[in-house]
Amino acid sequence: MVSWFQKNLQKSMLAVSVLLLAGSVNVNAEVAAPVVPKGKGEQCVEPTGEMRKNHMEMLKHQRDETMHNGIRTKKHALKECISCHVQADDKGQVARFGEDGHFCSSCHNYAGVNVDCFQCHADRPQELIGKGHKIKPHHTANFNDASVNKEALQALSKVSK
Amino acid sequence: MKLIRYASIDGNSNGYWGLMALFAAFILAALGSSYFMEHNGHYVTGMTNQIVWGLPHVFAVFLIVAASGALNVASIASVFNKKAYKPLTRLSALLAIALLMGGLIVLVLDLGRPDRLIIAATIYNFKSIFAWNMILYSGFIGIVGVYLWTMMDETVNKFNRIAGISAFVWRLMLTTGTGSIFGFLVARQGYDAAIMAPMFIIMSFAFGLAFFILVMFATYNGTGRELGDAIVNRMRNLLGIFVAAILYFFLVFHLTNLYATEHHGVEAFILRDGGVFTNLFWIGSIIIGGVVPLLMVYGPFCKKSRKALAVASVLVIIGGLASMYVIIIGGQAYPLQLFPGMEVSSSFFDGVVNTYSPTLPELMLGLGGVALSLIIVTLAVKALDLLPVSLADSVADPHHKD
Amino acid sequence: MKTDNTTDTSKRKFLGGAAAVAGITIAPGVLLQTVQAKPDDQAVSNKVRWGMLIDTNKCADGCTDCVTACNSEHGLAGHDRPETDTQYIRKVTLKDKQTGHVKTLPVMCQHCETAPCADVCPTGASFKREDGIVLVDKHICIGCRYCMMACPYKARSFVHEDVYDQKDHTPRGKGTVESCTMCVHKVDKGENPACVTACNKEHKAMYFGDLNDANSEISKRLKEHGGKQIRADLGLNPGVRYQGV
Repeated sequence: MVSWFQKNLQKSMLAVSVLLLAGSVNVNAEVAAPVVPKGKGEQCVEPTGEMRKNHMEMLKHQRDETMHNGIRTKKHALKECISCHVQADDKGQVARFGEDGHFCSSCHNYAGVNVDCFQCHADRPQELIGKGHKIKPHHTANFNDASVNKEALQALSKVSK
Repeated sequence: MKLIRYASIDGNSNGYWGLMALFAAFILAALGSSYFMEHNGHYVTGMTNQIVWGLPHVFAVFLIVAASGALNVASIASVFNKKAYKPLTRLSALLAIALLMGGLIVLVLDLGRPDRLIIAATIYNFKSIFAWNMILYSGFIGIVGVYLWTMMDETVNKFNRIAGISAFVWRLMLTTGTGSIFGFLVARQGYDAAIMAPMFIIMSFAFGLAFFILVMFATYNGTGRELGDAIVNRMRNLLGIFVAAILYFFLVFHLTNLYATEHHGVEAFILRDGGVFTNLFWIGSIIIGGVVPLLMVYGPFCKKSRKALAVASVLVIIGGLASMYVIIIGGQAYPLQLFPGMEVSSSFFDGVVNTYSPTLPELMLGLGGVALSLIIVTLAVKALDLLPVSLADSVADPHHKD
Repeated sequence: MKTDNTTDTSKRKFLGGAAAVAGITIAPGVLLQTVQAKPDDQAVSNKVRWGMLIDTNKCADGCTDCVTACNSEHGLAGHDRPETDTQYIRKVTLKDKQTGHVKTLPVMCQHCETAPCADVCPTGASFKREDGIVLVDKHICIGCRYCMMACPYKARSFVHEDVYDQKDHTPRGKGTVESCTMCVHKVDKGENPACVTACNKEHKAMYFGDLNDANSEISKRLKEHGGKQIRADLGLNPGVRYQGV
């Protein structure tokens, strides 16, 4: 699906961002290493080093296979990563994507690598929905608070029209 | 024929910088509008699940169509060997590139996911006329760029004719492709007509020339360079012919549709019952964009007036935008016919005429595209030797007799 | 695809209730499913063509069970803005201009064999799966909405604002186009689409199955009673057929 050009472009962009990151780390040595939340299980589906390096390739491969060919094996599925790695804390709260406590964000925030997975995919296991911090990413669009939501949005749309 | 001397303009006057500031302000407003739309989502615009393409697309398609038309002047000189147009080929090619870029930026900034432009540029579905258009657009910028190079660099001037012919063929393909975006939509009553492609070509001739005339007037007036009647009157005639041709195509398009009972509904909608669309069609496209410019071009009172030609060009552009609005948005406003012969209703606006009220951000985005085109021209005439020092009749046409 | 019954019996799910309608009994107590689970690691194939049959004579006026089921299955919570809110399936009311006869029926993506949306999509994000289900690959959709211009059935919606807490089987987000997936996540597990299941609870107006399998319930019904295509004149050979219109 992905052309050679795009792949290489992404790689080179990644290389550039890694270089930039290396630079910033040198300048600002105080940045703490990310604290990655522990998963539910004992062992990941692949060795940790392999996952760190290639998780994006695996996810992308799986994504295309599922989307276009209906392959629904679980091993490299994003849903499974989320259901194992995103867990409620002692207070029953779940970190959301974007917060350092979220498995994906813990590293991605640190590395400054932006991903758009969670614009479409849920960032928590289904059974934990409703238990996370309520984030208000941009405007007032909010999950379960319909009344607040509606008024604010109406006001917003009035401004625009 | 004298050797034509080209020179860049000084571009230091208050007027020049004022113009630059004005265009820049519009571009900033467009960027802000796009950010506002992308950040909140398209629900803040007038566009809906019924009217999926709105005002930005009216501007974008208009500019893209005008772009290929702006190349006319160069084509007439290079392909058809009309020497009188030779001095203006450089401006013609540059304006073509500028208008296309203006149109494309509007299209891109309206996408649901403009951040994924790289995907659109690297993954193609070759059955999609839209994908072909992306190739046609980028190819156009490349080919016209080379064409411009052959005009400006003595060492490659020998390739000028072949580049000119390539650019001419390419621009015909480009407008065919743009028209086919709508012509290929079999399901919609307002589109689905092969005549869309040639109709878009004719429209491009007129819109592009109108833009060209205005830019030419503005630069020559602004710099005080001489502009003779010979070239102006040729363009006057040409504009008249193109506008008349548009009216002819409208006539054929609607007559064909009126003959088929199947299309009576949509024809009645556009021509009689469509409210804003009907008004835009008759007042905007036909009167403002057609009849009045024709009178101003050929009418005995205005025949020699440059002001009349300038106003006619402005009217052609306004009429062109109206035509695009009627075609693009009117075509969507008229309900899809899922069940012919039935009265249809649903929670999803089946069977009803869809309404669209454009919002300010959409308008600003569209105008920003125009501003981008114009700022490119304004910058380029200062940076490059695009404009002849003089376009007096003796330069443009040595045989011209007044 | 039609799986060999011996390949993966562990994954086969015998469905009760609604889905049993779509099965044929070969011996007392033994149910051979026509809607069959596909092994997770097996790609879909064009041996199967999933389709739906809607018997409008049984479709009740005022009933919106299919719509409700679809919205809850896919998490399609609206924002009370009907012009921009997503609808995968909708109930359409028809009134014959001549006779005044009124009918209602559900309309959703018709899963065309030659889908105009897939034809016009510049990036190939709109595509048809081998088994006939038309989907949007939102990973490569750029949100140009040309597919919405091209669809004869008004079946598509553009996500006009942010979405949170999506169902994990229906990822959806702002700036991309979406439409009925024929509940592909359920179909791959051998289950019926949510609308069909909901409809079968009371009215039994919707059937789901393999159009390529002459022995499937849907094929037999179509063979016996026929089934109309909406806008058959376009020659798109949709996978959704209607009886009684």
